[in-house]
Amino acid sequence: MTGVAVVGAAETTALGKIPHLSQQQLHADAALNAMADAGLTAKDIDGIATAGERPTDLAYYLGITPTWVDGTSVGGCSFMLHVRHAVAAIASGQCTTVLITHGESGRSGVGRSGFPRTPASLAGQFEVPFGPMGPPTMFTLPVLRYMKDYSMTHEQLAMVAVVQREWASMNPRATFQNEITVDDVLNSKMIAYPFHLLECCLVTDGGGALILTKADRAADFPKMPVHILGTGESVETPMISQMDDLTSSRAFKVAGAFAMKDADITHADVDHLMVYDAFAHLPIYGLEDLGFCKKGEAAEFIWEQNTAPGGSLPMNTNGGGLSYMHSGMYGMYALQESVRQIRGTAPAQVKDANVSLCLGVGGMFGAAGCIVFGKEPR
Amino acid sequence: MDKPTRTLPQPTPETQHFWDGTQTEQLLLQRCTDCDHIYFPPRPFCPSCSSRSVEVYAASGRATLASYVINQGPHPAFDGPYAIALVDLEEGPRMMTNIVECAQTPEALQLDMALEVRFEQVSENINLPLFAPAGASK
Repeated sequence: MTGVAVVGAAETTALGKIPHLSQQQLHADAALNAMADAGLTAKDIDGIATAGERPTDLAYYLGITPTWVDGTSVGGCSFMLHVRHAVAAIASGQCTTVLITHGESGRSGVGRSGFPRTPASLAGQFEVPFGPMGPPTMFTLPVLRYMKDYSMTHEQLAMVAVVQREWASMNPRATFQNEITVDDVLNSKMIAYPFHLLECCLVTDGGGALILTKADRAADFPKMPVHILGTGESVETPMISQMDDLTSSRAFKVAGAFAMKDADITHADVDHLMVYDAFAHLPIYGLEDLGFCKKGEAAEFIWEQNTAPGGSLPMNTNGGGLSYMHSGMYGMYALQESVRQIRGTAPAQVKDANVSLCLGVGGMFGAAGCIVFGKEPR
Repeated sequence: MDKPTRTLPQPTPETQHFWDGTQTEQLLLQRCTDCDHIYFPPRPFCPSCSSRSVEVYAASGRATLASYVINQGPHPAFDGPYAIALVDLEEGPRMMTNIVECAQTPEALQLDMALEVRFEQVSENINLPLFAPAGASK
């Protein structure tokens, strides 16, 4: 255990299409909702972390005078890293109460900052000239290698989207709620062979925020605390072409193993799992790199409905980036779902969810963050 | 210079030798003279042992197809769907590229097929290394 707990957690009031709010206001909307959830105001916050916007901008905008600031920005898992860094900062006395915010006008593009890759960067010199057009043509690149080496079928890849839609069908806030079949996925528009539209994440607007403090203060707050049992983080490469192994994420392995050791848990202790799913292959890589499945067996594990409602390892129970929402940096929504499951307030609530493991990816297999949450401090 | 619409690389002092090499149709890699590690992309030190004792040498230009996607969306430098490919060089390093002299279809693009380097001039100072099926006529 880390001695730190989540005492406030909330998403933006709306998700999906929010053209009337700027990106900065999406951060603020989520932050205000999380403060209300914890019964706090900005005057009670002395630590702030964010990505996508500068922490200076958010602290000023919200009226926070921090003694601790973290602007770590490694893509969609930045918020997992913020949780980890906040745990260390709170434990060492650098601050007492940390606010972590995310907001992204991914669909509407209102006041959104860009993601430049300069022509002089290594990616700008050795990847961009060959025509990649964003994540659907880059994050997807390793998968044919995986399919050949481990005999994964197109149908098995499609099943990831089908199972997550099953979860989304139980979630009134999910962008897509109608159930789909493997054939529906394989008949959807080809985006970048072998990936069809329904195997790619949504593009939506939204935000989320978390408030962390010492677990021994948790009784002072209105909501049940969600204990942070363990954390891990790593980075690998800014270039998908330079992954150590096209069938595995080194950052997933490092961050996941560290978090589980930190939490002193085994795989059997995990009741609920979130694996950031920007594309359908990510849960397959995540299940294997975290050690829940042996190499080459995760696609069959999903095919056999083990991660579906009623399965042995419920995964991506909000519907995930494929069906719930995906603003660009989805990691915050995975964290929010882990917190809801431990609190027992998720729309598709898993029975006896006492330990939840949440794995985020940043960039395109560039970074990873992993947080283990628990109902009890252990 | 028939494809002027690609986003062009901007060489840095650490990568200039690589792009200069493409002018004479050489695919240049680097090798550590302390631990023999061969690596790409360029940098003036060994990413395996941190030695600054490294040398530049010409690769064979032979590779195999490691993985790819076929982008269905439009790109100004390509006519219709095109493959963005990862190739494993015979010497070990992997690089992103395009496959030329070959249909851009899953049937034609078989993983592990043998490839050899081609150079396509895209600006006065830049030739891009592309790959064609081995034995295809130049």
